[in-house]
Amino acid sequence: MSIFADRRTRLLVQGITGRDGSFHTRQMLEYGTQVVAGVTPGKGGQVFEGTVPVFNTVAEAVAQTGADATVIYVPPTGAAGAIFEAADAGLGLIVCITEGVPVMDMTRVLPYVRERGARLIGPNCPGLITPGQTKIGIIPGNICAPGRVGLVSRSGTLTYEVVNQLTSQDIGQSTCVGIGGDPLNGTSFIDCLRAFQADPETDAIVMLGEIGGTDEQNAAAFVKEHVTKPVVGFIAGQTAPPGRRMGHAGAIISGASGTAAEKIAAFETARISVMKRPVDVVQLLKARLK
Amino acid sequence: MNLHEYQGRVLFRAAGIPMPDGDVASTPSEAESIARRVGGTVVVKAQVHAGGRGKAGGVKLASTPAEAAGAAEKILGMTIKGLVVHKVLVVPAADIASEAYVGLIMDRASQRPVFMVSPAGGIDIEEVAATTPEKIRRLAIDPRYGILPHQALGLAFFLYPDFAKARAAARIMEQLYFLFVANGCSLAEINPLVTTPDGKVLALDAKVSIDDNELDRRPDLAQLRDETAEEPSEVKARRANLTFIKLSGNVGCCVNGAGLAMATMDLVKYYGGEPANFLDIGGSSNPDKVVSALRIITSDPSVKAILFNIFGGITRTDDVANGIVTATRQFKVNVPIVIRLTGTNEREAIRILEAAGMQALSDMDEAVQKVVALVREAA
Repeated sequence: MSIFADRRTRLLVQGITGRDGSFHTRQMLEYGTQVVAGVTPGKGGQVFEGTVPVFNTVAEAVAQTGADATVIYVPPTGAAGAIFEAADAGLGLIVCITEGVPVMDMTRVLPYVRERGARLIGPNCPGLITPGQTKIGIIPGNICAPGRVGLVSRSGTLTYEVVNQLTSQDIGQSTCVGIGGDPLNGTSFIDCLRAFQADPETDAIVMLGEIGGTDEQNAAAFVKEHVTKPVVGFIAGQTAPPGRRMGHAGAIISGASGTAAEKIAAFETARISVMKRPVDVVQLLKARLK
Repeated sequence: MNLHEYQGRVLFRAAGIPMPDGDVASTPSEAESIARRVGGTVVVKAQVHAGGRGKAGGVKLASTPAEAAGAAEKILGMTIKGLVVHKVLVVPAADIASEAYVGLIMDRASQRPVFMVSPAGGIDIEEVAATTPEKIRRLAIDPRYGILPHQALGLAFFLYPDFAKARAAARIMEQLYFLFVANGCSLAEINPLVTTPDGKVLALDAKVSIDDNELDRRPDLAQLRDETAEEPSEVKARRANLTFIKLSGNVGCCVNGAGLAMATMDLVKYYGGEPANFLDIGGSSNPDKVVSALRIITSDPSVKAILFNIFGGITRTDDVANGIVTATRQFKVNVPIVIRLTGTNEREAIRILEAAGMQALSDMDEAVQKVVALVREAA
């Protein structure tokens, strides 16, 4: 098993004919993801790479192909519109890769998506991968391996770094989810922790957080109450100066709030083993899984 | 992106929020003519992105136009918290009966715009929150409906028991909410919102921050950016589509991805070094970006060694290698470079670097330890 997506997931790609969309669709097809449809308004009727039919609208694509999930690679100003359209078409899983979506747009998107019972992952995220089954987004498939450790992260390349450490030591992953680096996002650490806790094929969880906001602190409180599986955590940005956005829109220390120290302290009180370096993930997991 | 007070006032005025008259000046004579036009005693305020302007001597009262010119003369060119003052705002001094605080922020926890109001205005709101939290009222606004009339009035009555004043303040909150949404703000703040002895309610300050993600679709707001208020290297980096933040250490860092860039800085510190910067070259792998990145890092004289940490996913490591080689041909890099790269096309990348007499490591910890050791040797 896995969380959120597996080999049966029938994926639609919004923005399939764009530069990023076409590149990553090829990668997903190569990995074995069931990409059943693409959407680019005005390009309905085309066939992508000779195999994937392209439609003008999401509703049409869903009706024709039975897609149940979507991944969005459209530019920032169109991203909110793409999410609204996907939620309206009844898709249960919406993964938005786009970086730079205006926060004001997200304040309207989030309640809309929730009222329709859909799960939004992102925006500004690398997506998710259930190794050996499906990948939705941009996480490189070759660094992952099937296994029993669940991973959730606010970052992209830091996730790759840590996954690579795991795979190189023969520790496979059930699902790796990047929830994104924006201040307002669809899926939180807690949503992923709850899913991993309920997943019988996940034995332990790795959580990669960073400075800014209180999502990690809330996650630590949730772990304390509801998670019985071992959790290993990391916080990036211990050397970040206050008041500056460290690349990710959400990675900012506001006043005295959102610091790495405060998040690490919260992890420690919740019995989350804290990695000092990315490489520590292997030893800490092994110690907790004994 | 933070706006200056005089820029915030333009948005406030467009939204109809009552404020004292006044204008912005770049020279003492401009300040003098504004003071003459508005009449009476004026306040001359430094326009810099720094709190505590008053304490630093950047806010002065002037009772005549000549005095206003003198105050502007003193303030223009002054440095406040490292920022040079290029403009002053000249506004009539208001008669103040009371000071309150009205702020609107984009709140991560509730995922909504949240009003914060307090009858204790004119001082740092974080201080009020820490010492007398009962003097602050917060209200999350449902963005689908905006602020409702009874919500605005409820907040306003928390500030003023008097109905006429409460009604005026409620109107200002509705206007503030409108401008917040219309301009894609992450913060819009009036501190202080004052009452005058004759019962008027006025905004005496205008603090506005715009969500950076709005600027692409709002060129009118994007052009309000004051690049003189920024670190020159950060301006160069933004023009090259790089995210760069200057820090005080001596290990230059060039990384792909924000999370990995932060983790790399942390690891430099872990092994006893100090990062000179945060730099994310982003997901795309354009060799030109790498050249710009190296130019920016090497222009900082405190940098004693440079670390590349590249995990190739979408980023092709051979593109990064080409960028490094191109840069070292275009200009002389006088400090050692330690390169760690792994992932997409790494074999080709290693070949390119070796052909140019450089080496690449594949392990992040090894690379960081090496660069820290090189900096120690250079010291």
